[in-house]
Parts: sequence; structure tokens; C-alpha cells
Amino acid sequence: MPKVLIVAEHADGKANPSTAKCVACASAIPDAEIHVVVLSDDSENVANELATLAGVARVIRVDNSQNSNTIAAVQAPQVVAVTDGYSHVFGPSTTFGKDLMPRVAALLGVNQVSDIMEVLGSHSFKRPVYAGNAVVTVETPSDSIVVATVRVASYRSAPNDGDATIDAVTIDAELPVHTRFLELQAGSADRPDLQTAATVVSGGRALGSTESFDLIYKLADALGAGVGASRAAVDAGYVPNEMQVGQTGKIIAPDLYIAIGISGAIQHLTGIKDAGTIVAINKDGEAPIFEVADIGLVGDLFTIVPELQDAVS
Amino acid sequence: MDKILVGLKRVVDYNVRVRVRSDGSGVETDGVKMSINPFDEIALEEALRIKERGDASEVIVVSIGGNDSQQQLRTGLAMGADRAILVDSGETRDPLTYARVFLALIERENPGLVILGKQAIDDDNSQTGQMLAALWDRPQATFASKLEVNGDKATVTREVDVGLEIVEIDLPAVVTVDLRMNEPRYVKLPDIMKAKKKPLDTIDIAELNIEQAPAIKEVNFEPPSDREKGVLVDDVAGLVAALKDKGLL
Repeated sequence: MPKVLIVAEHADGKANPSTAKCVACASAIPDAEIHVVVLSDDSENVANELATLAGVARVIRVDNSQNSNTIAAVQAPQVVAVTDGYSHVFGPSTTFGKDLMPRVAALLGVNQVSDIMEVLGSHSFKRPVYAGNAVVTVETPSDSIVVATVRVASYRSAPNDGDATIDAVTIDAELPVHTRFLELQAGSADRPDLQTAATVVSGGRALGSTESFDLIYKLADALGAGVGASRAAVDAGYVPNEMQVGQTGKIIAPDLYIAIGISGAIQHLTGIKDAGTIVAINKDGEAPIFEVADIGLVGDLFTIVPELQDAVS
Repeated sequence: MDKILVGLKRVVDYNVRVRVRSDGSGVETDGVKMSINPFDEIALEEALRIKERGDASEVIVVSIGGNDSQQQLRTGLAMGADRAILVDSGETRDPLTYARVFLALIERENPGLVILGKQAIDDDNSQTGQMLAALWDRPQATFASKLEVNGDKATVTREVDVGLEIVEIDLPAVVTVDLRMNEPRYVKLPDIMKAKKKPLDTIDIAELNIEQAPAIKEVNFEPPSDREKGVLVDDVAGLVAALKDKGLL
């Protein structure tokens, strides 16, 4: 029977929604028994929260003062120490999981399956390659452990009606001190998180300046939406990099995505193709964004956006 | 520090619209422009800047793959790398093997830094750097947008989901770079001529005694499912009505 261990992502005593999406992915493996491991300096609240996820049988707490910051070189040996008896180890395809999981895979002597978007069987998965321009079906060797990251935009969070057992383990491993956390410069927390918001409003290079990007923030606030941006807008310096949506930024799947002044380069479209409804507002009716938009409006964003903001306020 | 190793992967050029072969065996690469993976180019640029600041004495570019990767190594030499190593890996192309090859080269060269791209734009795996750091038992600073070397330490700014994380690492270490670290220089014609005289060694992977990694089989390639083209509305009122219709407002 497949036994899946999921490495939880969390911060400030709360689980990141990416973990519930990993559980949903693992639940697609027939007959899988799912456990979640929480590495933290104080894992109690996160463990209690994760124990309610439907499909999770056991939550394993690993408390260690060296886990106060998420350092892959410190966490990988601890993950490896609890993998005995598991057929699969999953983590989210967020910067947390992308940093940690290949380090785990290498210590276990296997390649990793990156960005699972569909489970076909216990050792068969679909994943995107070439910026999402192709989807490849992969088969992992049946005689070795499967280490994988889960493309979180492909899954809906597992519901919270479970009741898993919680137990704590102590790991007796010498952990490295060669990597030291100094500082986190986090973006504004007043808006819904880009990766989990139900609605996301994104702006592109056509905004033309940091000041004009205010239009995007105002519309987003009227809609209670998260805010994203195209790579062009980030490269032009209008907004910080953590707002970038696309192949090298965030891959998101909101119910409603509103792309404003974004032409729709393939690298951007890769980041939004699982959105429920895509709205495009652009003055160029030939822009590629209209090829994927469910609702398109051709026109000047500087008149349309304030009008739309009024209409939804 | 003495040396910096930089990985250069030969990939389908960033601007090529990739097409899946009709038999599902892969993507079309015949007659397609091949280039250095863009993230690797940024990695090389950073290594060259570190050397130009006087913090390193030699930049070595490494490619793992077939003979045709010589082309990307020559471009790397023209950008300013001092020498190149091609590890001929035949048909073997997986991140764990790449990491094991780099580890074998590290044992020969003893670099103070290994700088790689954060991912290759063909398989989008994003694994090799982290795996190498694990096998080498050294620090990893992934998705870096800023790298400052101070003696036997480095301070690295990492682009993470919530913002920027700054870490300090002991050297030697592995750094994988993100897009905003720098703008790679353009190669000038005289540099291309000069690059032809720089050393490029080829090593057969068999010489490195690498353990074979359990392979993940690529069974079938398919194009992504397309989104249906939607409707155009005339004005904001039409847009609001369409959104209400879908229950989104």
C-alpha cells in the first residue's frame, strides 16, 4: 500500500495552503495512507491545524530550535530521517518546496518528479515542461522511493473535516550551521495572498509607471483581490518581484483573473492557464492574451479601470 | 577564492515556440535554434563580475550533454570564461547525474563557488543545484538575485514567495540564480575569435565513475490542453454583466 509523507509548509504558526493541496494530490494515489511532517521550533498549532485535513492519518511533529527558519540544508536531513517505510515524499512546488525537496531526493539517491499536475497511478504522473508548452507523462522506478513536488495550482485544497493522530518524534542528527538566516523582507500583508486569492488583478507594462499601478491596487481592493504583475512590469520596476505571475514567477489558479495591460507572453500564460475565468483588458485587440481570455475588453485601461472600479465598489 | 564553476546547459532557445512531435516522443528540436539556458547565462555573468572585482581568479564553464554543447561552451568562453569542460554524458540526462558529475569535477577543481541557473527552461526541473549541495554537504542559496562574496562567506538575497530572504553562507557553496541578478553582457566579435584559443577539455562520463541514477522514464509528450477562446464585450457595463452572469460579482 502506498504510504505518502508530505512535508508541511508553514509560517508564523499557520499552515500554508500549499500543504492542503499536496494532500489533495496525494489523495489521488489509490489506497494511499497519508502522513504529514511538520518541522518547526514550535509545531503545536500547525500540527493541530493540519490534523483536520481530510485524508491525513497522522501528523508527525519534529521540534528543534534550529527549525526556527526554513533552511533546506538543515531540514533535508530531518526529512530523510523520518522517511523510513514511506513509498512517496511530497512537498509543494513553492519556493519552500523547490528549495528543499531536491535536497531530500539527492540524499535518498533518487531524481525528483517536479510539479506534479496529475496523478495517473502510484508511479505515473503528468508534469509540465518547456514553460507549459508540453505536458510529459513520467514513470518512476517501482523499486525506489518517489520524491516529488506538487504543482499547487493544479489542486483544490483538501477539506478540513479530518481527524488525524498527532505524535512527536525526536531526531538525533547533527544539523549543519553553515547557512544562516539573516532577514526576510516581506511584501505588504494587507491584501489576499497572490497564490491563494479567489480573485487576482494583474497589471502589465502598459501601466507605464509605479504611480499608475495604483489603479490596479484600487481595483483589487474594491474586489477584495490579490495583486499580480507580468514580468515586464516587474522588470520595469513598477512592482516588486514577488508579484510576478508566470513561468519564473508564481503559477496561480484563482477563480477570476483580470489581466490589465498585459499582452500575454507565453511565459505569463503559463502562470494563469488554470484560472477559472480570465478577463483581459488591453488596447491592442491582437494581443495574445485575448486567445486565452474568457472575456475580453479592447480599450484604454486608464479609462476602463476606474470605471470598472466604480461599477464594482 | 581561486575558482568558480558555472554550469551551461544547451537548451531550445527562449524565443522558439516549442512544438510537441506528433508521435509524442518529445518536442521538435530539428532545425530549432539552441542556446545557453538563460538562467545559466546570468550565472556566468555573475561569476565573471566576481572575478573582475578580484574575488576569484578563474571561471570554468561546464556543460554536460552531447558534443554539440561545445557551441554553448564556446559562447561562454567568448563571454569571458577562462576554460571549459564538456562532460559527454551520452543519452544520460537527469538532474541527479548532473549533480554527481559536478561533484566529481569539484573533487578535481576545488572551486570556492558553484553558480548554476535556478532551472533549465527545457525540463523546468529546478533540481541540480540543490542536489549538488546535498551530495557535497555544503550550503545552497537558491533563486538568488544578489550575491556578495566576503572572504570565506557570502551574503545572498533569495527571491522567495513572500519577498526577499537574505542568508549568509560559508564557502564553498552552491548558488542558483534568478532572472533579476544581472543583465548578461553581449559577446563581441574579437572575443569570439579569442575564445577559439581557450582550452576546452572533453571528458567521457565513464571516466568519472558516476553511479547510475534510477531513471524517471518520459513515456509520452502531449501539447497542453487549450483554453477555449472567449467573448469580447464592448464596454465596462458589458464586462460587469458577463461577470455577474458567471456568478463572479
